[in-house]
Amino acid sequence: MSKMYYTKEHEWVKIDGNIATVGISDYAAHQLGDITFVELPKLGKTVKQFEVLCAIESVKAASDIYAPVSGSVLSVNETLNTRPEIVNESPEEAAWMATMKMTDPSEVAKLMSRKQYDEYRKGL
Amino acid sequence: MSFTPHTPEEIREMLATIGVGSIGDLFHSIPKALRARSFDLPPGMSEFEMLSRLHEMAAQNGRVVPFVGGGYYDHVIPAAVDHLAGRAEFYTAYTPYQPECSQGSLQALFEYQTVICRLTGLEASNASLYDGGTALAEAAMMALRVTGRDRVILDGALNPFHRAIVRTYLANLPVEIVELPPVNGMLDRQSLAGKLDDRCAAVVVQNPTFFGCVADYSDLAAQVHKRDALLISAVYAVSLGLLKSPGEMGVDIAVGDGQNLGNHLSFGGPAFGFIAAKKQYIRNMPGRIVGQTVDREGRRGFVLTLQAREQHIKRHKATSNICSNQSLCALRGLIFLASLGKRGLVELARLNRDKAEYAKRALAAVRGVSIPFDVPTFNEFTIRLPKRADDVVASMLKRGVAVGVPLGSYYPGEENSLVVTVTEKRTKGEIALLARELEGALWN
Repeated sequence: MSKMYYTKEHEWVKIDGNIATVGISDYAAHQLGDITFVELPKLGKTVKQFEVLCAIESVKAASDIYAPVSGSVLSVNETLNTRPEIVNESPEEAAWMATMKMTDPSEVAKLMSRKQYDEYRKGL
Repeated sequence: MSFTPHTPEEIREMLATIGVGSIGDLFHSIPKALRARSFDLPPGMSEFEMLSRLHEMAAQNGRVVPFVGGGYYDHVIPAAVDHLAGRAEFYTAYTPYQPECSQGSLQALFEYQTVICRLTGLEASNASLYDGGTALAEAAMMALRVTGRDRVILDGALNPFHRAIVRTYLANLPVEIVELPPVNGMLDRQSLAGKLDDRCAAVVVQNPTFFGCVADYSDLAAQVHKRDALLISAVYAVSLGLLKSPGEMGVDIAVGDGQNLGNHLSFGGPAFGFIAAKKQYIRNMPGRIVGQTVDREGRRGFVLTLQAREQHIKRHKATSNICSNQSLCALRGLIFLASLGKRGLVELARLNRDKAEYAKRALAAVRGVSIPFDVPTFNEFTIRLPKRADDVVASMLKRGVAVGVPLGSYYPGEENSLVVTVTEKRTKGEIALLARELEGALWN
């Protein structure tokens, strides 16, 4: 059974065993506006929790995407190379950006549930 | 009239704040010899007096027949270039701050990018850079970003000034620069093979080399790509009328100086630099890029595109901190190439090559002069003299000929070598003069 978590930087992560799937929240996609480019991470890249994983560009801005958990990149969503607009259409499903092999499952304690994230967002 | 708005009181206050005693102390890091000796300028002159004075000064220059190249070249500039580039619609050197309001400027830059792509055989060009040397440094940084590696290999046969610029630009980056001393005026392929490893972001070469030697880097491209590194080539734009293009060789990023495309020598500038790359690297390209699009009603229009790379959006993570280009000089390059056309450029390149070959034979016949490298050349070539080239250059100047670039300052052991350049502007008579005066300078 997978579980979704969110970060303060508006990434989401879906945890399946030790596999983490990462993307950006619907709120983030909406704030960025039309996405023009997703700079996907390199396969095998290892990052620590909350370090820069990859980057995203919209008509308005360029932003970094931070890793919700520590680990190494297992796969990336190549569809985003040709169709970055999916991030606007389906940010929390079709537009996953990378899957990672988690190294420290206890890190999810530093993440938010959907409910906590919604509360957090209201305070912004 | 005072050109600075600050009162002496304000200046004292500012100096006190930063803890500096005087204006002189503020500039103490500039060597004394380079500082202004005095700001007491002579009294003003009328326009007529000033022009007379300038003509008088210019007349002291005297006539010297130039055979000097080494990066800047004495080419014919069609009158259309000065005329069109001088039009008020274009006569600004800077990127417009509301670019899309200036559709004409953007279209000109778009056309410029198109000719640079055709010239280099590569897919993507930006709207120009400062000059050939800084373009080379930007290309090296681009390769570092693309590969995520930390070593750049420079061919020692690259223009030494441009190599110095690369070192300056990269000085504060955690990057290692390896320079390979050239062999016979060209890249030392053997020692390169030993240096090409998984740390290497790019191999940087030049065609023709600083010695004038023409190379085909096709096999080198394959070798470099096998290591997942990039091949960067500096090129002499006019030579591409005749030589194999970087794109044909498999080069990833091509750069060059735009002076030879319709810009006056003017003691070394201003001109422009160009950079072109394979399309897959466009997001790592520095500077402005103009794109073609359609407006709401389907009409063709131009925009600055891919701006998310740039510093006004991406801040310190921008691909480069360069947001300027050399629009006016790049426009001159465009008008120059458009005036010549494809066939004109080929003809121009052939004239250069033919005249240089003629001069090469004439100089080889001069007693004591030899041609050390038996390889094809374009419009410049190395000659070896029986004396120090510096001295020969000095005595040739007295004879009314600027004979070339002496290599000793850049390549130890080459003190007797000289690079001679012959453009389409040099006549048969001038080439005969060159050979005759060289014979005289060497033996009289």
